[in-house]
Amino acid sequence: MPGITREEVAHLARLARLELSSEELDHFAGQLDDIIGAVAAVSDVAGEDVPPTSHPLPLTNVMRPDEVRPSLPPEQVLSQAPAAEQQRFKVPQILGEE
Amino acid sequence: MTDLTRLTAAETAARIAAGELTAVEVAEAHLARIEAVDEKVHAFLHVDREGALAQARAVDARREAGEELGPLAGVPLALKDIFTTEGVPTTVGSKILEGWIPPYDATVTRRLKDAGVVILGKTNMDEFAMGSSTENSAYGPTGNPWDLTRIPGGSGGGSSAAIASYQAPLAIGTDTGGSIRQPAAVTGTVGVKPTYGGVSRYGMVAFSSSLDQGGPCARTVLDAALLHEVIAGHDPLDSTSIDAPVPDVVEAARNGTVAGLRVGVISEFRGEGYQAGVMQRFDETVELLRELGAEVVELSCPSFTKALAAYYLIAPSECSSNLARFDAMRYGLRTGDDGTRSAEEVTSLTREAGFGDEVKRRIMLGTYALSSGYYDAYYGSAQKVRTLITQDFARAFEQVDVVISPTTPTTAFPIGERADDPMAMYLADLCTIPSNLAGNAAMSLPCGLAPEDGLPVGLQIIAPAMADDRLYRVGAAVEAAFLARWGHPILEEAPAL
Repeated sequence: MPGITREEVAHLARLARLELSSEELDHFAGQLDDIIGAVAAVSDVAGEDVPPTSHPLPLTNVMRPDEVRPSLPPEQVLSQAPAAEQQRFKVPQILGEE
Repeated sequence: MTDLTRLTAAETAARIAAGELTAVEVAEAHLARIEAVDEKVHAFLHVDREGALAQARAVDARREAGEELGPLAGVPLALKDIFTTEGVPTTVGSKILEGWIPPYDATVTRRLKDAGVVILGKTNMDEFAMGSSTENSAYGPTGNPWDLTRIPGGSGGGSSAAIASYQAPLAIGTDTGGSIRQPAAVTGTVGVKPTYGGVSRYGMVAFSSSLDQGGPCARTVLDAALLHEVIAGHDPLDSTSIDAPVPDVVEAARNGTVAGLRVGVISEFRGEGYQAGVMQRFDETVELLRELGAEVVELSCPSFTKALAAYYLIAPSECSSNLARFDAMRYGLRTGDDGTRSAEEVTSLTREAGFGDEVKRRIMLGTYALSSGYYDAYYGSAQKVRTLITQDFARAFEQVDVVISPTTPTTAFPIGERADDPMAMYLADLCTIPSNLAGNAAMSLPCGLAPEDGLPVGLQIIAPAMADDRLYRVGAAVEAAFLARWGHPILEEAPAL
């Protein structure tokens, strides 16, 4: 399998919302290349006929009764917010200027 | 006068229930011990002195009122800083949650409080439980009480170091790839990863949801069982919590035996990378089990050689998704919000400032493994290896009742030795990872000191899912046999701090 380049690491960092520095890109590119080289061994073990396992338990949807219950008061929920205004989370601009 | 910090949890609870000790005295003795030694060990990120004493006073009041107390009422405990605690900071060892005060308790926290357990504080850990040495904590490393220049294991190094240095008789850890068992092994203590789904994950900050499992840490097998019983059991708030009775681990711990038991030794868990003294103590333990009446069977589980590779695809994949919630919008750190930047830019700057190197590496690795074009070759293949590992365990458990191995290939390594060498660090979890992938139950307990360095060696016992009681039955028998042989608990050989 192919190794990973510095450009690919920069792309991954953008996808993962990590504003990496140039030094970090150099540092991580080598390390990620090593790790990916080591973990690539999984691809030649299991044949087509092996089913994948995503979880140790057979998962089924769990529903709770649809009942009105008390929840945390707004001031408690917002007490840990980086910024709040009028009982809402205050966030930086999401959409561009139009 | 007895040093109250040297008592087991079982003894402490019995003496409190009998009125011979007060919970406040016990809490004060442990808070004084923390004051005296934790500057050197750095097991705690936060000590909740007032909360602990308030809980202790409540236990004493209940006893005075004639109420029946639970089996751990008044016993102090160190809680890994990954469990939310209402009104008490929870950082997960990360700068991104520095100063965060959760508005609710995790189910584990709630059950501990309801049982009258006295939570002394929150323990240090690798950031987001990613690591095997606690060096990845954003708040500095923890020292191993056996040698403060060495690692106490990870990610739950604060919890293992706290109990090994008598700052608490009990602690809670979480185990995604070995983070309870490996710290137990390298500090000469007992740690259990219960069956996946056995202990609620509600309020336990998620790293890799299909692998994460909370569990008990203690200095004795019985103490671990008593704690296991308090925290285990179905929780409607965790959709992966098993709705079935908890195996009777306390009864098993009180009645240890291996007579007539079939014990499997996995041939893949030895060879290159395994320290000679670790294998020597392990082989002696196999002999001991034979002397105690167990039948030892050699087994091969060929897929286990690929477990580490599968784990380092599955865990980072799940982490890259789970940690997306740290977006600087609703809680935690926010940096760079100067009115000129968009939400997306603020998120990227915050995550860059708030996450440490290992967390960044794993997020990027997971993002890579899940990206289109690579998904089948990496994440898909890893999921197939997971199936093979589960099948290997199933075949093994057709022939034997439990499987044993060394918990870790080596004893505690020096702080700094593997800090920037991820692949070397990952090898510490070689023997523990298969159980997380299969979701079964596993324990580590001390089986001696390695002759070459005098540091603790851990024995791992693995049982099928929902047969957690077998760990305690075997563990108690091994512990009693070693106690008879050594004449004292192994921790008494650790140097004074």
